[in-house]
Amino acid sequence: MKHTISVLVENRAGVLSHISGLFSRRGFNIDSLAVGVTEDKMISRMTIVADGDDYMVEQIEKQLNKMIDVIKVRTVPNDDLIRRELMLIKVSCTAKNRGEITDVAKIMNAKIVDISKDTLTIEIADRPNRLDLLEELLRPYRIQEVSRTGTIALQRGSSVIAR
Amino acid sequence: MTGASVMVQCLEQEGVSIAFGYPGATICPFYDELAKSSIRHILVRQEQNAGHAAGAWGRMTGKPGVCIATSGPGATNLLTALATAYMDSVPLVAITGQVSSELLGRDAFQEADITGAAVSFLKHSFLVKDAEDLPRVIREAFYIAGTGRRGPVLIDVPIDVQNTRLKGRFHYPEEVSIRGYSPTLRGNPLQIRRVVEAMDGAQRPVICAGGGVFGSGARQEVRLLAERCGIPVACTMMGLGALPTGHPLNLGMLGSQGGALANEAVRRSDLLIIAGARAGDRAVTQPGILEKSTRVVHIDIDPAEIRKNVEAGIPLVGDLAQVLEQILAQGPRAHDRGWFEALGLPQDDSAGYGESREGFVNPRRLVRLISSHMEPDGIYVADVGQNQIWSARNCLIREGRFLTSGGMGTMGYSIPAAMGAALACPGRQVAAVCGDGAFQMQMMELATLVQHQVPVKIFVVRNGSLGLVREIQSTCYGGNLSAVDLSGSPDFVALAAAYGIGGARLCSDEAVSAAVERAFAEPGPFLTECVVSPEEGTVQCGAEKEEQR
Repeated sequence: MKHTISVLVENRAGVLSHISGLFSRRGFNIDSLAVGVTEDKMISRMTIVADGDDYMVEQIEKQLNKMIDVIKVRTVPNDDLIRRELMLIKVSCTAKNRGEITDVAKIMNAKIVDISKDTLTIEIADRPNRLDLLEELLRPYRIQEVSRTGTIALQRGSSVIAR
Repeated sequence: MTGASVMVQCLEQEGVSIAFGYPGATICPFYDELAKSSIRHILVRQEQNAGHAAGAWGRMTGKPGVCIATSGPGATNLLTALATAYMDSVPLVAITGQVSSELLGRDAFQEADITGAAVSFLKHSFLVKDAEDLPRVIREAFYIAGTGRRGPVLIDVPIDVQNTRLKGRFHYPEEVSIRGYSPTLRGNPLQIRRVVEAMDGAQRPVICAGGGVFGSGARQEVRLLAERCGIPVACTMMGLGALPTGHPLNLGMLGSQGGALANEAVRRSDLLIIAGARAGDRAVTQPGILEKSTRVVHIDIDPAEIRKNVEAGIPLVGDLAQVLEQILAQGPRAHDRGWFEALGLPQDDSAGYGESREGFVNPRRLVRLISSHMEPDGIYVADVGQNQIWSARNCLIREGRFLTSGGMGTMGYSIPAAMGAALACPGRQVAAVCGDGAFQMQMMELATLVQHQVPVKIFVVRNGSLGLVREIQSTCYGGNLSAVDLSGSPDFVALAAAYGIGGARLCSDEAVSAAVERAFAEPGPFLTECVVSPEEGTVQCGAEKEEQR
């Protein structure tokens, strides 16, 4: 099962490698890891999506909590979560099928952000499974390059992960 | 005032009286100031031994020991000692020099990314880039190393930071505030009540005492709880000494290297109270089977240990001494001791050391004689290999301590650790017991013992081979002995003499008593070479043979 773990950490050099090292060392598999600063510039938020059973998630949480630079750890239940991911996807196109691809992008609420005579670059920010769907739809046109940010997430409603 | 001078002043503020280290170019500014301070410096002969010595100093005093190394190879030589301290939750602060800040990342001469390399063996680390941060960093390092679950902390200081002139007057912060770190010391009252209920409801409770007993300073509380409630205590190797050897409630050591009584009692128990132990694979070999028949209470200061190796029915996070006091305050009931007394099994090997061999010393009897000859508060340091198992199973521990590298199993631990322990506890007797393999990993420290006249009594158990590996090869690899022959080793007594250390060679059981007596009668360090038959194994005397790995 996929678990989304939100981690508030000190915004310091070395913290990212520290945390990613912990995952590899203890044999935890990460699907994605996204980092950015929070409203407090001294604090970064890491959103980690990991695949594993409850034992593994408990171990991840505890080992993360043990790290001095980790301020707060919270595994958020999936139905309590707003999850988003950003993807840039460059796809081959010809004068003939450019309209088709533009239609697909439009239906998926994606944006064309760049164009050349034989490619289109599309941007989408949505739930990860919607990104997968767009990728699937564009595959027949020959995908040149994909770049995804990894999932970021916040809890629904007024609750926050307090520092 | 330079960064280096601030570093030394900070150490003085922390009450550091002794540091173990080895200088080099990038730590020279610090050493320049250290020489002018009140801190005594012990120059070891290899950095790893500075780490072991400082670690043992920390284990004996409860305060972080301090070791120092230069950048590059000096720092990487510390790694094994850091890992050893980390596995055994030892309070330790390591200070390393580093190349100048502007050279970082350019593979400069003697540059090593030590904070990166050591990350998995450290409780925490700092790479100081601004000299103004030094007082805060050093304060935090000592606080982190010496509180909660103890552990090693590394401070890496580039040479230019050591040379920076600081603005303003020196001020050492009194308060520490680290938002990501606040260990839980008091047990949750609700959980305390659940534990007491479980204890009262149990018929055959057993306490499993681990290294946390010493980390927390809970020796008295464990004894009080055991005696008041009639609960027997099985020790992990790190927990040996939680109760004195021979105490009627002491079951001896449990686990794959342990004794029959402890293992059988744990198997039959209906409540196992794990007190400051990881319940690692050597101590609890089959957690799955245990959990089915036994309720488990797991007391640990580190929440991450709970449910890592053993499924705990009742987890209890806190400092062991405080938690046991809380439990005692609830007045748990006394239990009948009949069930484990009726098992009729020995606590250790002393009932039968095995045969006496012509021309050799019996290692089990040797351990018992060394330890029983020492004063009651003596410190016995065991190395790793067969000697560790013989030592753990036969060492007589009263008010003293049994030190060894339990988690990491680091060969070459005993002499530097004994040195650190002896310097931490002047006036107490200290023995270092090692094999001829491990001895040759640390024999350079004979010079340090002489230089500083540290009265460590070394006993080298000599069987001419890497005994434990040989034993594994004999039992599990069809007797194909591969790379275990130690031919070429020197005469250790002559070697000691070359250092100006007195020595004696022992080849018979009759001579042991007098030789041990003589070793402790000598004022300074002393080396006794004890010739043991290569046929001597660690599995015998009714102990169950468990799978060797």
